[in-house]
Amino acid sequence: MNTSYLHTSLLNPEHAVINEVCAAGEPWVKQVKQGQTFRIVDLEGNQAVDTLFYNAHNPEERYSATDTINRQNKLYLSTGSKLYSNLGNIMLSITADTCGQHDTLGGACSAESNTVRYAPEKFPMHSCRDNFLHALAHDPLCRELGISKRDLPSNINFFMNVPVTEAGGLEFADGVSAPGKYVEMHAEMDVIVLISNCPQLNNPCNAFNPTPIRLLIWD
Amino acid sequence: MNHQPQIIWKQTVPGGCHWSGIIRRGTTLRLRDVEGGANAAVLFFNQEEKLERYNMADTLKSQHTFRLTKGHACHSDMGRIFCCITADTSGWNDTVCGLSDTDMIQKKYGTARFQEHRNQMFRSGLDGLLIELGKWGLGIRDIVANINFFSKVTTDARGELAYQTDHSKPGDYVDLSFIMNTLVVLSTAPHPLDPKKTYQPGMVDLELLNTPPEAIKECLHISENIRALHNAQNFYCEGVK
Repeated sequence: MNTSYLHTSLLNPEHAVINEVCAAGEPWVKQVKQGQTFRIVDLEGNQAVDTLFYNAHNPEERYSATDTINRQNKLYLSTGSKLYSNLGNIMLSITADTCGQHDTLGGACSAESNTVRYAPEKFPMHSCRDNFLHALAHDPLCRELGISKRDLPSNINFFMNVPVTEAGGLEFADGVSAPGKYVEMHAEMDVIVLISNCPQLNNPCNAFNPTPIRLLIWD
Repeated sequence: MNHQPQIIWKQTVPGGCHWSGIIRRGTTLRLRDVEGGANAAVLFFNQEEKLERYNMADTLKSQHTFRLTKGHACHSDMGRIFCCITADTSGWNDTVCGLSDTDMIQKKYGTARFQEHRNQMFRSGLDGLLIELGKWGLGIRDIVANINFFSKVTTDARGELAYQTDHSKPGDYVDLSFIMNTLVVLSTAPHPLDPKKTYQPGMVDLELLNTPPEAIKECLHISENIRALHNAQNFYCEGVK
C-alpha cells in the first residue's frame, strides 16, 4: 500500500444529512445527489463493503469496474480515483481515504460461488448477492429504478485488499483497514448506491467476523 | 499437439469486426491470432438461461490468478464452468481492462466512416458486442467485464497497469473446450490500452474442433474447478462423472 493516498476529511458528522449504521450482513440503499458527499466508515476494521452505483435517472448506466480500471490505468482505488460508469462518465470521485487501498476485482460472494470456492455444503450461507437481490426485490429506490440480477455487474469492495503480483497472481490478503477508517466520495451525478455489508464467514480477509459500517451523506 | 484434430467449421473475423454463435459442449473453439497483436474481446452466456454469464471476479478469485492461460477455466456467475482453456500459446490473456468504446477509438485514431472507408471503418469493442448481443435479444445490461484474449496487461505493486506490446505472435492460438452450451460474443476491435497510434486491429481465425478426450483434465488440478465442473454436470443432469 502507498501512503500517499491517505487523505482525511474536514466534514463534521454532526452536519451530515444522513448518518446511519448498517449491520453486518445487510443491504443498504440510498440516493446520493450530485454535489453531495458520501462517506463509508469501517467501524470495527477489515469489513468488506460490496458497493454498486446506478445513475438515478437511467438504470442502464451503472458503475463499471473495467471502465474505472482502463480509463485510469490503475487497479486499486483511493483518493483521487474516479468511479466511471459503463457509458464512460464519472459517477463519483474519491476525495478522502484513511484506508489507502480498495478493491474492484474481487466482486461479490454468492451462494453459487461459495460452493466453488469453499465447499458444496456452503450453499445455504448468506451472501452479498442474496443481499443485492433482497434489496432489488424490496427497496423502493431499486424497484423504482426497475433493476434486476441482469443489472448486477462487478462491484467495488471498499476496505478489501486484493493485491495482484507482476507475475499475474491474485489473492485476498489480510486487510489494510482498521476500526474507524473511512472512504469519502463526491457525487458527480445523481446516483443510487446499493451496498451489501458482506456476510462472508469463510474468508480470513475479514477475520471471519463481519461487522457493522456507518454511512454518512453531506449536502 | 502431435495430431491435428478435424476442423468442423472455420471462420475468419477481420480486425475490428465482431461475431457471435452457440458453441456446443464437447467442442473446442480455437481462436488464432493470424498476424500477431490481435485482441479478441469475448463474453460467454448460458444458451438456455442468458442471465447466467461470464464472471470475471469469480473466475479470478476461484483460481487465485490475475492472468488467464492454459489450465484455467472461465467461470459463470452461477458457480459453473463455461469452458476450460486447454491450450494457450501466448501465455497471458487479460480479463480486467474491458472494451474500447466509440469515444476512445475516436480520440485515439480519429474517425473513419463507412461512407469513405467501407469495411475498413473504425469500430469499437463495445459497439461490436452490442450488435452481436442484439442478435440474441441482449444488450448493454448484459455487458460485464470480458476476457481480452491475446492481450497482456501487467501491474506493479501500486496497481499501475502496463500493456505489453508485441505479446501475441503470428499464429498464436487459444483453445476453449466447452463444458456448457454457450453463447459466445466476440469483437476483434483494439484493446482499450493498446498504445498503437494507428487503427490496425488484427484478424482472428475461429476453428471449431471436437474436444479430444482427457483435454479438460488440464484444468482439474484446481479443486475449485472440479467443484464448478460438478455444478455444470448437475445442470445437465449428468451427476458427477
